[in-house]
Amino acid sequence: MIRLLSVRLLQAILVMVAVTAIAFVMFRFVGDPVASMVREGATQAEKDAVRVALGLDKPVLAQFVKFVGQVLTGDLGTSYRYQQPVTTLLLSRLPATLELVIVATVLALSLGIPLGVLCALKPHAFFSRLTQSATLVGISMPTFVTGLLLILVFAVNLRWLPSSGRGDLVDIGFWQTGFLSLSGLKSLILPSITLALFQLTLIMRLVRSEMIDVLSSDYIRFAFARGLPRTYIYGRLALRNALMPVVTVTGLQIGQLIAFAIVTETVFQWPGMGLLFTNAVGYPDVPVLAAYLLFVGFLFVMINMIVDILYTFIDPRLRTR
Amino acid sequence: MATQSLMRRLPPVSVVIASLVLVVMLVLVIFAPMIAPMDPRDVASYSLMDMEIPPVFMEGGDSRFLLGTDNQGRDLVSVILFGLRISVVIGLGAVVFAAVLGVVLGLVAGFFGGVVDSIVMRIADIFVSFPTILVALLISGIARAQLSAETMLAWAPLVLIFSIAINEWVQYARTVRASTMVEIARDYVRAAKVIGLPSTRIMGRHILPNIMSSVMVIATINLAGAILTEATLSFLGAGMPPTYPSLGTLIRIGNQFLFSGLWWIAVMPATVLVILVLAVNVIGDYLRDHFNPKLMAR
Amino acid sequence: MTETTRPVLDIRNLRVEYPLANGDTLVAVKDIDLTIRPGEIHALVGESGAGKTTVGNALMGLLQAPGKIAAGSIVIAGKEINLRTGRTEGIVPGRDVGAIFQDPMTSLNPLFTVESQLCEGMLTHLKLSSREAKARALELMKAVGIPEPERRLGSYPHQLSGGQRQRVVIATALACNPQLIVADEPTTALDVSVQAQILKLIRDLADQRGVGVLLVTHNMGVVAEIADRVTIMQNGAVVESGPTREVLTAPKAPYARTLIAAVPPIDTRLDRLPVPSEETQVTLDARATVRRKSAKSETGSRDEVVLSVRDLAVEYGGRGLLRKTLVFKAVKGVSFDVRRGEIFGLVGESGCGKTTVANTIAGLVTQSAGSIDFEGTALGGRREKSIRQSLQMVFQDPYSALNPRLRINAAIAEPILFYKLASNADEARQDAKTLLEAVGLPADAGARFAHAFSGGQRQRIAIARALGPRPSLLICDEPTSALDVSVQAQLLNLLKDLRDLAGLSMLFISHDLAVIRQMCDRVAVMKAGEIVELADTETLFTAPKHEYTRELLRLAPSVERIMGRELASA
Repeated sequence: MIRLLSVRLLQAILVMVAVTAIAFVMFRFVGDPVASMVREGATQAEKDAVRVALGLDKPVLAQFVKFVGQVLTGDLGTSYRYQQPVTTLLLSRLPATLELVIVATVLALSLGIPLGVLCALKPHAFFSRLTQSATLVGISMPTFVTGLLLILVFAVNLRWLPSSGRGDLVDIGFWQTGFLSLSGLKSLILPSITLALFQLTLIMRLVRSEMIDVLSSDYIRFAFARGLPRTYIYGRLALRNALMPVVTVTGLQIGQLIAFAIVTETVFQWPGMGLLFTNAVGYPDVPVLAAYLLFVGFLFVMINMIVDILYTFIDPRLRTR
Repeated sequence: MATQSLMRRLPPVSVVIASLVLVVMLVLVIFAPMIAPMDPRDVASYSLMDMEIPPVFMEGGDSRFLLGTDNQGRDLVSVILFGLRISVVIGLGAVVFAAVLGVVLGLVAGFFGGVVDSIVMRIADIFVSFPTILVALLISGIARAQLSAETMLAWAPLVLIFSIAINEWVQYARTVRASTMVEIARDYVRAAKVIGLPSTRIMGRHILPNIMSSVMVIATINLAGAILTEATLSFLGAGMPPTYPSLGTLIRIGNQFLFSGLWWIAVMPATVLVILVLAVNVIGDYLRDHFNPKLMAR
Repeated sequence: MTETTRPVLDIRNLRVEYPLANGDTLVAVKDIDLTIRPGEIHALVGESGAGKTTVGNALMGLLQAPGKIAAGSIVIAGKEINLRTGRTEGIVPGRDVGAIFQDPMTSLNPLFTVESQLCEGMLTHLKLSSREAKARALELMKAVGIPEPERRLGSYPHQLSGGQRQRVVIATALACNPQLIVADEPTTALDVSVQAQILKLIRDLADQRGVGVLLVTHNMGVVAEIADRVTIMQNGAVVESGPTREVLTAPKAPYARTLIAAVPPIDTRLDRLPVPSEETQVTLDARATVRRKSAKSETGSRDEVVLSVRDLAVEYGGRGLLRKTLVFKAVKGVSFDVRRGEIFGLVGESGCGKTTVANTIAGLVTQSAGSIDFEGTALGGRREKSIRQSLQMVFQDPYSALNPRLRINAAIAEPILFYKLASNADEARQDAKTLLEAVGLPADAGARFAHAFSGGQRQRIAIARALGPRPSLLICDEPTSALDVSVQAQLLNLLKDLRDLAGLSMLFISHDLAVIRQMCDRVAVMKAGEIVELADTETLFTAPKHEYTRELLRLAPSVERIMGRELASA
């Protein structure tokens, strides 16, 4: 087990090195860092001064080492567009994204797992077929279209819910939350449903197919042969086996979640990191792009480490090896 | 056992309908220039006089414009037909690119194993760490910073195909690798090795035909995904430009008029997009259940 | 006493049907009768598709969804099942019927402890408190002979060996004191030594606890070993039924007679196994053609060494880009010679390295040390085309041995064309046709795909394909262990014929001592990657020197040995 984890750690470090290298290349070679730092119509001498100040006259390798050092101390450069440190920008947007993602994930898991199990247990029931068809429509609806339709119905026509922004925020120290005000909660409804729908279909389909697999296994047949009650076999024996891959896939899906958070945030003008990123693409605000890349890489690696560790707790086969 | 022969059935109605829808759409796409009432890129063919007319079934509709017109007076039917065309071409392009790359790498990794396998799969791991949309947005951002606006316009479809395929190949590679490893352990491949056939021949003649069905299933499901990704990118403004719009671009344009009551400008192309993707997904789902029920759920 | 003489199982006119999609009905079990008394082990035997497993499933309430009990009655320990629903609802599986499945590796849930899986049935059916259940679980663990039962209760299935797992499965079956146990191929997945222990355990449990056992099996040796009575099934119907000794020593029904005759004896060597031969004039003509074409093998004397293996060692693992896998020494210094025209056997339990030896010689695996000398050439990683041509192989699993996307003709012609043994595709197809006839298949078989053939036919096709390149050494890796016993007998006869015909040398790998005795001239016994004994087959079977060989011979279940012993003592 320790060997497995150390292998994982090594892989994680490799991924981070690769990501950092890409981020560095973006920083250094994409666009002109100097042009974005000096005023309009600067002289060559002024530009050179900035170049030296930024250390761009040094060898590339030295620059990379310096870059890694900066990244490790949390210095991700200055945004071209906002002229603020990128780290500050990202951190100020973090609460919005996290609140959205957490609410959406909780929604998706709490609906997706029971629905998936239900569809697996009664694959031919009307309800299951209906749900299965609904998930097909679900995966065929791009997130932004779901968002647009929700806005059209609930914000434009019915005027029940706001279509953009986070509403009133309550400041609790370092964190600005929308959970503590009515308008904040109302603002959260449409975006979180939009993001949850995308995850929901994935989780449901996965739970269903895993459950069907497990139900056809020998040990479940053996459990039936021992005359154990159905509820016990389904709810305790089979579900635990079926949920194992869900843990992995949920971990792997974190990247997708981030991607679709970008889309959702753009549709609802949700002031999170995703919106920051889309705006940076259009500008183009290279330091923000590179920093976001680093952030996503880091998040992905961390989540996967956590999934691996979690796995060793759920699966006895990994614990003792 | 005999129970297996019980499972043989005709495709369900939904699959038949989905296939019909796809065929109709393909015909429309291929003959778009002939079918479309006007050429949306020809400024002379439309007039601002006709702007913002609702679809025929609504009050104030005009029989010339079945689905209404947009803010510039362009017929939505024509705009959507051409948009659909671009969406389908980019989707197919991305699938072919990703499939070829993925199948070759997966086959090689699975067949030779060892260090080759490790290298290919670690690269795949890194690629898959970053969701397609994120990578495509990054590439778009980089391209914007590096290229002039005109070059960007000309290269937009290729950049899109590349940025979608560069992530999606991993799916093919992983499945093909896994299937290859299953096939390699089967005795007919071992027999071919003992017979002394060269590796390329074993891969091409013996393994590839046996894993092609799962590749086809992924390709179908992947086509739906590629079309969605392209639409999403265009919607976010990182895809096809408004001068050469795909369905996603059209929805992006329509989005601006959502609050002024001109809902059809966004909803019409969105409906066509969803129908297209749904049809592909229905077929993909059926193929998966039919050929390879154990294939990993998307 | 009246209570114990009441049958624990009484089946009358049981009929199980599967409705087919086209409206027909498949009758999987045709009106069978079967009675088991307390303490009796009743074996249900037959080849694949005979319906024996369906009977077991019907008793356990595990019939697959469309299948249903169409008629008849089942009484288990005096309780009758509800036939209206077509299911065994009057009987609670687990409480009234205990179940033992074939593969102990998959019948236990990997995520739960042994204790939890043992106790859940008792908590449900016997309404025991968890403390009572645990105490009883401990008792059961002792009863089935698991060492350190207290500690093992807390283990997960993967921490136990295959034999221990099957013991846990048996304990689970016994948990609620059922009067009947259905054991579906309980030892098929196990090695001979473990099999002997498990069989003894089942016999003891029947004797001591008075449990009736329905033993579903294909293995006549197992039947002879422990069954009191036996029922032979064919195509869903009972062919013959009676006391084991009577049925095995003097079968009356023709099918029973063929089936028992087809079981290879371990104590005598027969020239051919006594099964109906399907040789026709076509077969003989085709073989004559094959013989004429394989002129190469006529050269050389019978004592000449074809294959010489010296100190062969094979290791697995140890490589990888990021992870260091553990090195596993599959073969540790093995030496033997195969002479021209000889069938050389390698026998041993699973994991002893016999298949690795075969794979290494075939070039599928590269050795880490030692030498392989084939017809005067040292074999390494890369091989000359002519060497690869002379060395062909037949594999174990007939269902994966043929490429499902190739027509049989193309599959057989491919190596012939590759080695330029035919000048064009037509000639190669003609050769393929001849080879198919030589292995006893109709020539038009070549136009079809693999799925059109049964397991035995596929294995014949695989042999035809291996003969295509006109090899001088044929490696057979468990060529018949996936086949039914009557098909096995035909195939073994075929292989012998072909050896005589083409002067082939064979390396014959098997776990089955009886098959080895019938087939091989000389044999090597392998254990844990080493050869422990190598001798002429007759010497090895009549006067085994090594302790391990003696144990294997002693433990192998054998019909005629047990029956013969009983006859002698009677």
